[in-house]
Amino acid sequence: MEIESSAASTQPSSSSGSGTNGSLLQVRGLSKSFPAERGGLLGRPTAWLSAVDDVDLDIAAGETLALVGESGCGKSTLARMIMRLIPATAGTVDFAGLDVLNADRQELLRYRQQAQMIFQDPYGSLDPRMNVDAIIAEGLARQGLNKAKRRSRVRQLLDVVELSADVADRYPHEFSGGQRQRISIARALAVNPTFIVADEPVSALDVSVQSTMLNFLHDLQDRFGLTYLFISHDMSVVRHVADRVAVMYLGKIVETAPVEELFGNPLHPYTQALLSSVPTVSREGPSERIVLEGDVPSAIDPPEACRFTGRCFRVIDSCRAAVPPLEDSAGTSHHHVACFNYEALPRGRSGTQGNHS
Amino acid sequence: MEDGRTLQEQAGPPQREPPVSGEPLVVESLTTEIRRRRGSFAAVDNVSFSVRGSEILGLVGESGCGKTLTALSIMRLLPEAARITSGRVLLGGRDLRGLREADMRGIRGKDVAMVFQEPMTSLDPSFTIGMQLIETIRAHGAGTKREARDRSIEMLENVGIPRAATRLDDYPYQYSGGMRQRVMLALALLLEPAVLIADEPTTALDVTIQAQILDLILQLRDEHGMSVILITHDLGVVHEIADRVAVMYASEIVETATAGEIFRKPQHPYTQGLLRSLPELARRGTPLPVIEGRVPELGALPASCRFGPRCPNRITRCDDEHPTLERANGDRELRCFNPTEFELRLGH
Amino acid sequence: MATRPADVHTGGAALAASGAEGRLRDAFVLLWANKVALLGLVLTILFLLIGMAGIVILLHPGLHHLWEDQNLRAVLVTPGSEGHLLGTDNFGRDLLWRIVAATGLSALMAVGVTAFVIVVGLVMGSVAGFFGGRADTGITGLIDLTWGFPLLLVAVIFAGMVGKGLNAVVAAAAVILWAGFARIIRAQVKTLREREFVEAARMLGTPAWKILVRHMWPNVLGTVLVMASYYVAITIIVEAGFSFIGLGVQPPTPSLGGIIAEGRNFWSVSIWPSVIPGATIALIVLGLNSLGDGLRDIFDPRLRRF
Ligand SMILES: Nc1ncnc2c1ncn2[C@@H]1O[C@H](COP(=O)(O)OP(=O)(O)OP(=O)(O)O)[C@@H](O)[C@H]1O
Ligand SMILES: Nc1ncnc2c1ncn2[C@@H]1O[C@H](COP(=O)(O)OP(=O)(O)OP(=O)(O)O)[C@@H](O)[C@H]1O
Ligand code: SF4
Ligand code: SF4
Ligand SMILES: [Mg+2]
Ligand SMILES: [Mg+2]
Repeated sequence: MEIESSAASTQPSSSSGSGTNGSLLQVRGLSKSFPAERGGLLGRPTAWLSAVDDVDLDIAAGETLALVGESGCGKSTLARMIMRLIPATAGTVDFAGLDVLNADRQELLRYRQQAQMIFQDPYGSLDPRMNVDAIIAEGLARQGLNKAKRRSRVRQLLDVVELSADVADRYPHEFSGGQRQRISIARALAVNPTFIVADEPVSALDVSVQSTMLNFLHDLQDRFGLTYLFISHDMSVVRHVADRVAVMYLGKIVETAPVEELFGNPLHPYTQALLSSVPTVSREGPSERIVLEGDVPSAIDPPEACRFTGRCFRVIDSCRAAVPPLEDSAGTSHHHVACFNYEALPRGRSGTQGNHS
Repeated sequence: MEDGRTLQEQAGPPQREPPVSGEPLVVESLTTEIRRRRGSFAAVDNVSFSVRGSEILGLVGESGCGKTLTALSIMRLLPEAARITSGRVLLGGRDLRGLREADMRGIRGKDVAMVFQEPMTSLDPSFTIGMQLIETIRAHGAGTKREARDRSIEMLENVGIPRAATRLDDYPYQYSGGMRQRVMLALALLLEPAVLIADEPTTALDVTIQAQILDLILQLRDEHGMSVILITHDLGVVHEIADRVAVMYASEIVETATAGEIFRKPQHPYTQGLLRSLPELARRGTPLPVIEGRVPELGALPASCRFGPRCPNRITRCDDEHPTLERANGDRELRCFNPTEFELRLGH
Repeated sequence: MATRPADVHTGGAALAASGAEGRLRDAFVLLWANKVALLGLVLTILFLLIGMAGIVILLHPGLHHLWEDQNLRAVLVTPGSEGHLLGTDNFGRDLLWRIVAATGLSALMAVGVTAFVIVVGLVMGSVAGFFGGRADTGITGLIDLTWGFPLLLVAVIFAGMVGKGLNAVVAAAAVILWAGFARIIRAQVKTLREREFVEAARMLGTPAWKILVRHMWPNVLGTVLVMASYYVAITIIVEAGFSFIGLGVQPPTPSLGGIIAEGRNFWSVSIWPSVIPGATIALIVLGLNSLGDGLRDIFDPRLRRF
């Protein structure tokens, strides 16, 4: 699979001269609150939903950081803020020295040639009135390509995502869910980005096509040094593609670690529960699932406490008194965990079975 | 996985006609064609299967092979360009194809309900989640507005939406991807249907909530004898909860068997290739295994075996003839001239 | 759905469609398949042709005699007699020509008002809905203010300012009707703005105005088409109503409402002078509405049959 190597030539050199501590993307204190209830005077919000709360994140150039977490915990919201599609309530995003959240129009345009997002909902993110050709070519408008070049680029991208060239004049509703998802991947790749936020990019694909897409993304990374923020619920995929993993729970990052460390030695109680619930074909008999008791908590006006208290199986009194900070875990400086009372699982009970490299 | 797959009779929701031979849903030689500018093609080709009472049937297959259109054909909710050209869909013994649209509307939701693969295809962006749930209940004439509201809140809580009473007044765009998916499920389960068709119901969910949702489905299966067609790419989920599995490739069913058989002894080369491509079996640092070759264009399928161009087992006969779905040993059906034994290697 | 009536369209397979020309041809094939829309198209073309003829005989002084000449010896004759295909009115004027002239007037006015309403409503509504904030507050205020005025009152005020007649009616209709349309568009654009494909466009660096033109407008096209046909119809009805009560077009210039109003006085002698213009209005409205609905379906890729 050959994708035009113009990716290499248009690769802006600025992207390698990255942020202050060697990371391409630096997120600091990023928060987002949505109005949750409007009952006040003149429809003023009376309650706030804290979707993302004080998140710090670093992604090194050429790295794949996987972001996992409970449904509704704020992953897509975080991604949208990084792409500056919605305004942040607080915090900063630094991309290769660019202050993304305060960038002016020109800077923002340049940023958007480098950073792209694959949206979680392929159906919603494709304009129903545009055909595939127009959808994929939309981002190419600024690159001054002539019509023939644009067409061939679109064809090439369709080929990459395993769709035939004659789907170009069809409309989004004429595809299956997985095919739409691949169109959305092709669109994000069109401008040769150096950084891709992939929000569940392969969730609608069968394992074989999924593997093809993931291999391709990996290939791009190898050849052009792409950086990925990879949001996924599929733990076996995460385990295969990620370099590091960040686990999110109800708006907060609760644990980050290199991938093997996280799967081999999950520390945060939520991570432990998460990894124990992964359905797998390679297990016979019932799984030793850690079942989370208690109601799924709400992010509407959360208390000043650990947000996992209501369901945690290791909860102690201090958990209800303060928010646990994300700190180095005992022993390593790569493994961070936000918990007052974590404990490693006994060996053999950690995570999914399978691949150890 | 406990096996509730006895042919136990349905104690569930009141049914106008008794289910025939414990098979609430039977699909017979269903063919659905899509019209394109240049000719038409069958996106669902001569598909037959049945779902027994309280059974969970997994429907898996490559992206674009016609799983969703099979489901939409059953529901009679096909897009404009598609049309059922032959076959029968028997729900509780009644052929849905012959029904008037007005009768069909009474059946949808109540007798057979569907969770759509992409929530936004069926959630209206300009109405609140609450309106859409309440509307569904009221359309089937159940109870007062207040009752409908309470029931909606209860259902949202069942699918793990916290503070449901508040979130009822949100619009779909204010929900996360996975929350929308759970709203779809809530919509489908509102009226406790006899048959649930769930098209990728958990793809946008993390595994803990997924487990909760699967438990909810299992619970409804056990309590009401609900039958389920579970369409998904997540073979782990299929392995955990499905009783039987049907594998589709290029708009046809190529293999059906009990879940145990499919995972332990897949016989069709496509099924085998699919299992071989599982990322959980792959070694980190190496490319993920894939099935070589391209997914075929449905408009331009070979007249011989459709998997032929990608098949490692191909023999000359495969190039000349189109294999038919034959009953093999036991409960298995297979569409292949040259099946081989295959053992899924677990772990390393 | 399977209950869909048997599809009459069979020519689709032969189509080789690519590019704008192909798309236009597709549109015709689809129109051909949609019998209601086709009827609408035929009626609308008829309306426009008659309207053009009417404008010619209204503007050309040498042709005024067609609709002006009285013949007091042949008043209120029934349709078909004495060379008057549609009969005559109470002055013995030929009804056919008067209807043609009146249709011309109606067409001119209706198209003018509709163009104004659509353009202003679309721009105002989409700016308010898309950009929100202060633009929205301002425009919404204007909409509410405008919408609060009764059309009749405005027409009376304008009639006082510029004199009774067509101008007052046109001005009143244009000034009031845009607000309703702007409100609809605003609501639609507001919903569309939250859709992810708009975010996707922004991610690709598409400028705001282009998002409006390339993503918003195509998605409200259906509404525009349906509402345009509705506004043409409503303007004709409004004009007829005003002429009926004497506020609109002044005699002897013929207008559809005016002819009905005059004919009403002679109902006991002959019903035709009021029935014929009434039927004309009904046919015009029917044609426009069918065409509007049909066009909406045809331009929606999701409703296409191939
Ligand atoms: N525009 C919005 N207005 C109000 N609330 C919102 C909005 N967008 C997201 N939310 C809320 O913010 C929270 C986080 O949503 P987000 O989409 O980021 O979750 P997520 O982690 O991506 O979940 P999933 O895995 O289900 O997609 C949810 O409770 C959601 O309802
Ligand atoms: N409205 C439509 N018009 C034209 N072709 C369509 C339409 N809907 C689906 N198709 C085509 O029919 C085939 C089957 O689609 P379907 O949605 O059933 O696939 P699927 O098995 O559900 O795939 P996925 O797993 O990717 O969702 C696809 O190749 C698709 O391109
Ligand atoms: S801080 Fe306390 S409640 Fe929170 S995860 Fe740790 S042990 Fe559980
Ligand atoms: S019939 Fe032949 S080509 Fe087809 S799957 Fe079987 S062995 Fe392979
Ligand atoms: Mg999300
Ligand atoms: Mg599908």
